[in-house]
Amino acid sequence: MKRILILGGGVGGTLTANLLIKRLRRQVKAGEVMITVVDQTGQHTYQPGFMYIAMGAERAERLQRPERGLLDKRVHLVIGEVARIDESTQTVLLTDGLPIAYDYLVLATGSRIVPEEIEHFATEAYHFYTADAAQELRRGLDAFTGGRIVIGIAGMPYKCPPAPLEVAFLIEAELRQRGLREKSELHFCSPIGRAFTIESVSAMATPILEQKGIELHTFFNVETIDAERHIVQSLEGEELPYELLILVPPHKGQQFLVDSGFAPAPGGWLPTDRATLEVGGRPNVFALGDATDLPLSKAGSTAHFEAPVVTERIVASIQGRTVDPRHGEYLGKVMCFFEVGDGKGTLLQFDYEHPPRPPKPNQLWHLGKIVFNKTYWHTVPKGRV
Amino acid sequence: MLANLTAPAVTRIVDARGSFCPGPLMELIRAIRESAPGQVIAVYSSDSGSRIDVPKWIEKAGHRLLEITRRDGYDEIVVEKTH
Repeated sequence: MKRILILGGGVGGTLTANLLIKRLRRQVKAGEVMITVVDQTGQHTYQPGFMYIAMGAERAERLQRPERGLLDKRVHLVIGEVARIDESTQTVLLTDGLPIAYDYLVLATGSRIVPEEIEHFATEAYHFYTADAAQELRRGLDAFTGGRIVIGIAGMPYKCPPAPLEVAFLIEAELRQRGLREKSELHFCSPIGRAFTIESVSAMATPILEQKGIELHTFFNVETIDAERHIVQSLEGEELPYELLILVPPHKGQQFLVDSGFAPAPGGWLPTDRATLEVGGRPNVFALGDATDLPLSKAGSTAHFEAPVVTERIVASIQGRTVDPRHGEYLGKVMCFFEVGDGKGTLLQFDYEHPPRPPKPNQLWHLGKIVFNKTYWHTVPKGRV
Repeated sequence: MLANLTAPAVTRIVDARGSFCPGPLMELIRAIRESAPGQVIAVYSSDSGSRIDVPKWIEKAGHRLLEITRRDGYDEIVVEKTH
């Protein structure tokens, strides 16, 4: 029997499991293949919704569903925390001591936030990378009556690259609606020399920042927070006082991947082949989604387009045939919506060779994002889109 | 030749070849954070954008750009951490 073990029940892990079952139905029924997903909580969370909690348009309970209900019933689900991977015996050990052997291993372990790496982050800065934090930010915005709002990025890479810009645009629109715009300043801090990593998106977003009167600070890499004076300081020597500070927390890969020799410290991102998605040259270990070190958006969309590639490569190996390059090579495809406020949005669609050419923001793309968010549960994890 | 003889010795190499913008810059920033003033860092980057982005960042951050050299398929950017 071939044992396929998938670590992580997010977009990438869930979709890969469901696609594998579709392709290996006969082998699973015959007991020749077993597919197992290990997930820490057993709950699947739709993380792009967190930003909408902060903007008062979403509720946390609508963003979580049991993983069991999203997985095909023939996929085994183990709820537990991974302690380490023993490569010599091809076994994953859980913290409760349970060993799970594998022939193929899929690492869909995502990223984790580490706000504690910046002193005073917890007491001074808001963020929207968990449901609780997004609710806190909502309360902070409700209590805001004017002053300086500073929005920045406290470490790269991070999940959903457009999110901080989107939040800046949405908050600016909210302040206008609440009659607070004249009493407020908005500052957006980018760690690099422009507003966004991808040049074409930066070229689209920068005039919108100007038009909305949001001041752009480039090369602002958050270094310290002065909690007494309420000032955020950059590595480059710039200081910005704030009444309300919103920072994307630093992100890392999972520690057990470092401890098991799969990913280098300190980041913990898996060295992943950009086309085959193999990890460190291992022909039976694949990574997808946030966990990789690929120069792509850490976003559900990335995992969504990577899952069919991992699936094809595992299925080909089990069936003893060569990989179909049309389905078994990842070309870097990513697609995501981008909110610009006032009920408008745009679409970013790109791959390794083709940068995005975002259309002029309009209501259609904003509605597209809302519809996608609402229908996610019935589409993406089940492999229907 | 003379420049090589007088240039401070590189204390750390950041090989960011194959990484796309802003990867090389982010790798340099990490190395700067981990280095002491006076140490010299060489960044290898195959992304053409680094020739523009990295010197701009060095200027803003107040460090010293020592040299940019075109190598075989990549640029070597040498920086001294000044503070």
